Amino acid sequence: MAQVPKFTKIQELIYELPIERVMKKNVVQVSPDTTMTELKEILRVNRISGAPVVEEARLVGVISIEDLIKALVEGDIQAPVRKRMTTQMITVRQDESVIEAVKKFTQYKVGRLLVVNESGGLTGILTGGDITRGLLEAISLDYHAEEISRYRAKHIFEDIVSDQTSLILRYKVKAKDFNSGGRASSKLKRALDRLGAVPEVIRRVAISSYEAEMNLIIHADEGGEIIAELQPEVMRITTIDHGPGIPDVKEAMSLGFSTAPNWIRELGFGAGMGLANIKRCADFMKLESKAGAGTQLDIVIYLRPEATDETSPQGEKPQEPA
Amino acid sequence: MGNRTVKLQEIVEIVEGTILTERVNMDLDVLSCGASDLMSDVLAFMKPGSLLLTGLIHPQSIRTAEMADLAAIVFVRGKTPGLEAIALAQELNIPLIASPYGMYEMSGLLYKAGLTPVMPVVK
Repeated sequence: MAQVPKFTKIQELIYELPIERVMKKNVVQVSPDTTMTELKEILRVNRISGAPVVEEARLVGVISIEDLIKALVEGDIQAPVRKRMTTQMITVRQDESVIEAVKKFTQYKVGRLLVVNESGGLTGILTGGDITRGLLEAISLDYHAEEISRYRAKHIFEDIVSDQTSLILRYKVKAKDFNSGGRASSKLKRALDRLGAVPEVIRRVAISSYEAEMNLIIHADEGGEIIAELQPEVMRITTIDHGPGIPDVKEAMSLGFSTAPNWIRELGFGAGMGLANIKRCADFMKLESKAGAGTQLDIVIYLRPEATDETSPQGEKPQEPA
Repeated sequence: MGNRTVKLQEIVEIVEGTILTERVNMDLDVLSCGASDLMSDVLAFMKPGSLLLTGLIHPQSIRTAEMADLAAIVFVRGKTPGLEAIALAQELNIPLIASPYGMYEMSGLLYKAGLTPVMPVVK
């Protein structure tokens, strides 16, 4: 999984987090008739660096600490806010994502954005600092939720104790539904990842299950079923269908042998490599079939690489599934 | 020649590619590269973190990349997959790139740039 390209959590959040989650609500507002001297006190007491100017519930401008400094320099401190405020107001909507605010900060080089609702009413104010704080909070929340759920999934076999615990995941596979091919194996792969299996093992399970799933789609008359049984040490994948069955299993196992029609080959499969691929990924594999009846494929993969036959002292093959 | 990892950004420049998915991490290290239209070959021989060059624009090429933990897919000769395939790649965070070059030219360009080949040489 480490190799799969991923954009960072921050990038994801910038696109997903709505502005209302990070903006300051309860905005301190001033009237246009407030004097600059009064404004200085309002900014100091509330420890803010600017405020929207509202007249009769209507937004008419923004006044900031920069405007106050200019007024001081020019000796115009008794002037009303109306005279010194900026009337160019850059607004963002509260339901837009944070990225929209970031774009406006870059585009207009302003220190704060006014946040409005659908009808244009002022609902909050947003500074760069609010965005940083909001993102950090969201990350820590997400991180905790994710950590807890991963921890729980990883320890499921320790939490639930029995003489032999196994988790069974069943997936139905529809016949000839080539477009959905891989959906079941994708879910299985994700489940193993959540359960904390080793990436190399997850990949072997995914590839063998995917090839087996494609076989059900391509060959089985009525589709079939993938049954994945997960135990603390081992994964058993069984695929079952009800026909047409394979007349010669040995022939089917030989590299390059295929009965897949041409349209399947044009889609990148059916080259007679599927079963060989499964065998390569599995610690054990068994194919049983009868022409006119059904086919059952059993795959066993050890979840801990050190438990496979390559490294075990006697080079023992895992037990055949019943 | 043919023994280094190459950033996705550089690959896109070399193949004059158009990026078809959003929010792609261009700083990603691509470890190796293979070219095939046969998905079973890809599943059998390609390694995690490698780049697939293919003419197969069916969603199965994206599923294959998912199962084999591939880094990204480049489609040859200006072929572009359908919206369904692009949406699947987006969901799985697999970058898709369309290149005007055919398989042979593109393989040559990337090989010349030193990107490690992934397919085994069978003698």
